[in-house]
Amino acid sequence: MTDAYIVGVDMIKFGRFPDKTVPQIGAQAALMALDDCGLSIQHMQALYCGNLGQASGMVGQRLLQEIGQTGMPVVNVANACATGATAFREAWASVKAGLYDVVLAVGVEQMGKGLLGGAGAKTGIAKEGLLGSGTMPAVFAEAGMEHARHYGTTFEQFAKVSVKNHHHSTLNPKAMYQIETPLEEVMNAEMISYPNTKLMCSVNVDGSAAAVICSEKKARELGLMDRAIKVRASVLASDPWQERDLVMPDVNSCTQKAAKEAYEMAGLGPEDIDLIELHDCFATAEILHYGNLGICKQEDAGRMIDDGEVALGGRIPVNVSGGLLSKGHPLGATGIANIYEVSTHLRNEAGSRQVEGAKIGLTHVIGLGSACAIHVLERAS
Amino acid sequence: MSDQPLPAVPYLKVQKDGSPYLEGMKCGQCGSTFLGERNVCSKCGARDQMSPVTLPNSGKLYSYSIVYRSFPGIEVPYISAIVDLDDGTAIKGNLINVEPDPENITFDMPVEVVFDDALGRKDADGNSYISYFFQPKT
Repeated sequence: MTDAYIVGVDMIKFGRFPDKTVPQIGAQAALMALDDCGLSIQHMQALYCGNLGQASGMVGQRLLQEIGQTGMPVVNVANACATGATAFREAWASVKAGLYDVVLAVGVEQMGKGLLGGAGAKTGIAKEGLLGSGTMPAVFAEAGMEHARHYGTTFEQFAKVSVKNHHHSTLNPKAMYQIETPLEEVMNAEMISYPNTKLMCSVNVDGSAAAVICSEKKARELGLMDRAIKVRASVLASDPWQERDLVMPDVNSCTQKAAKEAYEMAGLGPEDIDLIELHDCFATAEILHYGNLGICKQEDAGRMIDDGEVALGGRIPVNVSGGLLSKGHPLGATGIANIYEVSTHLRNEAGSRQVEGAKIGLTHVIGLGSACAIHVLERAS
Repeated sequence: MSDQPLPAVPYLKVQKDGSPYLEGMKCGQCGSTFLGERNVCSKCGARDQMSPVTLPNSGKLYSYSIVYRSFPGIEVPYISAIVDLDDGTAIKGNLINVEPDPENITFDMPVEVVFDDALGRKDADGNSYISYFFQPKT
């Protein structure tokens, strides 16, 4: 099987674009990724397009109606917050399988404001606030409190995740916000769902990101190996059975499973990873994944944030982009935006937030329900 | 319109004498319990081994969140709780009769299941509902 490389990758600055359509927002990133490698839409043999909000709306085809209808096959992908990463993975798989030499993956989302989660009831009565909460801040708060019960993780440690990621975002011009949020400000912000305050919830934004994936032979032919990023591993897992599945969506066991398989596929271990972009949809979520991804023991996750090991300049920087907490979380775009961030560091093009000497990076997303996608990336040359 | 309150969820059952209880489905092969009707076990994959069991009305608090912001019209704050019933079945609901403050909530605190009107909520046809809640065991 051929190796697959990212030759072009980019994202738009996340924001709110109510006057644009979803395909228009996606088309921007698609053109930027093509420009990043100097290829045209005519070079692309297939499009894998991730979007959640209009999952039945043929977003990929409508995107091509904006930038070039070549007749290429289009696959529209929806997989909750793992949508973008799943589209990328399908594109990667098509190249690995030898079906195509060069393909395009796009993730795009246009979000409303406000709470995400299951709200009303089609029949009977609403269950929200009667049988607990199905809002996302509460669901991830309960997952964080599970970590607290096992390992003593504190409200303050969860809040420090938000301080760190907001700080990182001040160095990222493509983040939605570039604002420092000191610890007391995070902890005293409006409580949404204890222990998640408003500043510990990811930002609903519009955004898009795209990647051009190429076989090794084609990348060499096109002279694109200089800035190419090798995909060392691509893994997708669903949630294996757990005893509390039906009442507590499990983001841990699918991450542990995907991480183990990703390290095996890449032939390396967590100690070889130089930076990580992981799914900090809420501050409580980030801390779970330090242990799940094997960068520390589960019981040391709180200490990792206390000691700054996961901050820029630390042992293993996590979410130097600002993360979903401050860069923003356009659901279908997030998975490819993470890949853009890690690739940018591996290319030594990340400016003031550059992780020095980064050679290998890992991206992780969770789609609640659940899907976990992990990619391990390495600079080719 | 029903002259009796309806169960808020399918796994809440009402006996002929009107007394409510929670019902689980237990796998005859691996022993896992589930909330809601099913024919196949998602743990071991066994088919047609499911049989209904009455779930215990006591358990322990596993995890929780105190919800201050919810959808429009939902009264806050409230405690969203994950409870492990005494037979190991996990169930989610509101923890009531506790001040919603982390100081008052401890992991593994013993709770009991109580049944009451579903906070006055009625469906489009005007039917009342009965639901379940958790409260600290006295």
